Amino acid sequence: MIAELVIFIILGTVAVATGVAVILSKNPVHAVLFLVINFFSVAMFYLVLSAQFVAFLQILVYAGAIMVLFLFVVMLLNLTGAIESVQDKLPAQKWVGLALGIALLLEAGVVTAAGVFRQVPAAPPPSPNFGTSAPVGVKLFFDYLLPFEVTSVLLLIAIVGSIVLARRRTY
Amino acid sequence: MLVQYLPFLVLFIVAVAFAGGAMVLSRLLGPKRPSATKLEPYESGMVPIGGTRGRFPIRFYLVALLFILFDIEIIFLYPWAVIFLEAGAARVFLFFEILVFLGVITVGYVYIWRKGALDWE
Amino acid sequence: MPEILVFLLIKLILVIVIFALWMTMVPLLIWLERKVIADIQVRLGPNRVGPFGLLQPIADAIKLIMKEDITPALVDKWVYGLAPAMLMVPAFLAIAVIPIGGVVTIGERSFALQIMGLYRGPGLFVPELDAGILLVLALSSLGVYGVVLSGWSSANKYSLLGGMRSSAQMLSYELPLGVALVGPLLLAGTLRLNGVVEAQADYGIWFIVPQLVAFAIFLMSGTAEINRSPFDLPEAEQELIGGYHTEYSSFRFAMFFMAEYVNMVTISAVAATFFLGGYRLFFNDIVWLQPVWFVLKLMAFLYLFIWVRGTLPRVRYDQLMKLGWKVFLPVALGNLLVTGLVIAFSPANTILVMSIVGALLGIATFFGLSYAIVYGLRRRRPESERRVVEPTRAGVSE
Repeated sequence: MIAELVIFIILGTVAVATGVAVILSKNPVHAVLFLVINFFSVAMFYLVLSAQFVAFLQILVYAGAIMVLFLFVVMLLNLTGAIESVQDKLPAQKWVGLALGIALLLEAGVVTAAGVFRQVPAAPPPSPNFGTSAPVGVKLFFDYLLPFEVTSVLLLIAIVGSIVLARRRTY
Repeated sequence: MLVQYLPFLVLFIVAVAFAGGAMVLSRLLGPKRPSATKLEPYESGMVPIGGTRGRFPIRFYLVALLFILFDIEIIFLYPWAVIFLEAGAARVFLFFEILVFLGVITVGYVYIWRKGALDWE
Repeated sequence: MPEILVFLLIKLILVIVIFALWMTMVPLLIWLERKVIADIQVRLGPNRVGPFGLLQPIADAIKLIMKEDITPALVDKWVYGLAPAMLMVPAFLAIAVIPIGGVVTIGERSFALQIMGLYRGPGLFVPELDAGILLVLALSSLGVYGVVLSGWSSANKYSLLGGMRSSAQMLSYELPLGVALVGPLLLAGTLRLNGVVEAQADYGIWFIVPQLVAFAIFLMSGTAEINRSPFDLPEAEQELIGGYHTEYSSFRFAMFFMAEYVNMVTISAVAATFFLGGYRLFFNDIVWLQPVWFVLKLMAFLYLFIWVRGTLPRVRYDQLMKLGWKVFLPVALGNLLVTGLVIAFSPANTILVMSIVGALLGIATFFGLSYAIVYGLRRRRPESERRVVEPTRAGVSE
């Protein structure tokens, strides 16, 4: 229990720190790399929650595929110099965001202090193979059959969309 | 069962220590004699012309985009493969399930093929 | 001593042993590669340092570590410095799930010869990592960062071009690589590498027979994935100077090559595990000898990689991309569907039916692929660009 708390605090610190670093990095490529580290810490959260299979998917899909595309785009648009010359069109949003952020933090603090989470009963310990590939497969291919098949339509739409976006003259 | 991942952490530390140690060692052992020519981008002895970070054909983005989509498709195959052998009578059902899934994606695959997105000329 | 410490101690020893195995394979492989390529080209190869030139890789490593580590003026210092490590660390981490032997029992404890493997002691049971092969795939997709970032951070247009080419190639070939592995997994019914090996022992046949097509696709895609010849486009010297590592020098330069060789050993290890029965022989043998069989199978694949490099000319980039997307990916998916079909519908003795179907399918694919590679992948110019003069002999039409 103590060990899990320590791991949670370490991971939480890493996640928040890299999240802040993403926003504050002047160089967009650095921001992408911080986001990758952030995704790793999220994957480790899944591991702590015994969701092993999801954790590996998180790394495989987010860190291994989606962030590579981000990196390609950011890298090749070569924005490094351009960022500083961009004018903030909504100067108010910074302050509104700050106010809302503080409000959220206060709310979370109040809710935690009020002890709302203490009333949640502790979950029974998961079975040994919980979160591994086989139970995930059974859930996915028997219980959630329709969402799974609809995913293929979603992917199809995305494939068509990517071609439409990339189209020039020839294709 | 977080104990399970401890060996991986050990391996990670060993790998990082090896990579980091080797880089630090070569920093310490190697000479340091920088000169203006040495620090220029290397283009086989020619003086570099133009910018160093140009823009790139859209094809590279397209490959990365399509990779994400097909990668997600493939990941669905893994849990399917794990439960397939043990499924008994449900195998036929599972088979047609994945056939429909792959069938829909194949429509997209044929589409990108016909649109020429897979040709690099 | 509490059980958890015993567990950690045993795992630490395993990490050191397996890491050391890979670290001895790398210089050995470099030496072997130079010797074999030299033989193919009727040269002598390294023969000065140590017996048969065996110490040459070590001499090279010492030389490289003593060289000046240049950081060019325009580079992004942080990313430039870290990129070689980003390539090398994932390469090393993939060894965590490779089983080099079966389960050994010492007294009341038993454990697998695998870093993330099974451990059973008094009061502590740790199962093998369930998502084993996914870890290998995830780490190989992370290798893209090292390639693309070393190209980008170098502030050199040839490095960038090499990095982009290489990363697009790695992404494209990850797909057939991933699909090809699903075929054997269907027969094994698990993602654990140890389970795949034991499944082959239970069936009494190596998966290379029922999954001949998957084997061929895996091997070729794997070659492309680790940027080996004949798919070593990022290092096409005539076009790109050195590719994404043009600007690197000293040991950071060596790290790119080390990562490449480590990846080569790992791909060979995965191939041996999935298709050649891993550490098992056909009969039950002594567990402590199993690493020997494993290393022998590994060496066979490594030799094959070297042989291919000495024999085949480099593929052109547009052909390479076409081959991955238009040939390997659909063929791998077809193999997967045939395997599923056989398992779902075969009345009895699935593995026998699958072996016959698989072998026939393999032969058919061999001829089909040869045809596709020789005729189908040639670049067809549009009519307007074609040369007016018609070729006089068949086979030289372009």
